[in-house]
Amino acid sequence: MKYHLDVTDKTCPMTYVKTRLKLDTLEPGDILEVLVNQGEPVKSIPQSAEEAGYKIVEVLPRGDKFLIVIEK
Amino acid sequence: MAEKVKKRDKLSIICFSGDFDKAIAAFTLATGAAASNKEVSLFFTFWGLNIIRKNPGRAFKGTDLPTRMFNFLMGGVKRLPLSRLNFCGLSPKLMNKLMRKKNVATLDELIESAKALGIRLIACEMAMHILDIKREDLIAEVEDVIGVPTFLDQSKDAMTLFIS
Repeated sequence: MKYHLDVTDKTCPMTYVKTRLKLDTLEPGDILEVLVNQGEPVKSIPQSAEEAGYKIVEVLPRGDKFLIVIEK
Repeated sequence: MAEKVKKRDKLSIICFSGDFDKAIAAFTLATGAAASNKEVSLFFTFWGLNIIRKNPGRAFKGTDLPTRMFNFLMGGVKRLPLSRLNFCGLSPKLMNKLMRKKNVATLDELIESAKALGIRLIACEMAMHILDIKREDLIAEVEDVIGVPTFLDQSKDAMTLFIS
């Protein structure tokens, strides 16, 4: 299954806290796309997700934002 | 899920301060670390116990007058003062408003996130004894009431921070 999460209205640490809490509810193999603002979250979300053992599939630019694709 | 056999890093934070801004600092660090897969423990002692009291307001609690006065004057999580420019409790309210406006997590949201992330909340037995605070006066999520040797033993391989 593919899920989408928009954290563009959040700031540190809630950008990756919300991402982590969402990932915890998914099944292995599920994909989570996280829309983030440019800057700090583009670095911190992949780093925090990888630390937690999730795989970063790709990071795609979306206008002035970024889409981080994570596989559980 | 990508396999990861690496041992989880540990972070222990001693929350000595009961100031609003310092509680935010402690919970920001704690939730950020827990989201990044660290095992996080928050140890509340002295003024820090006000953050995890069940009663968020003020109450005369205790067996003698000084303790009752201390407990009343300190109050709970809704009464935490700002460490600077508190203006009789007006500033924390303004700060909360400002944080909401700027989409920064409030202390309530951070505490809820800490619970959801499984951060261990532990309380200091000695400080509770001084202030006549009982286990049932603290929020249900407090996992344990411990003393210094237990805390040090549990934190021996953890990065430990003291927030005063």
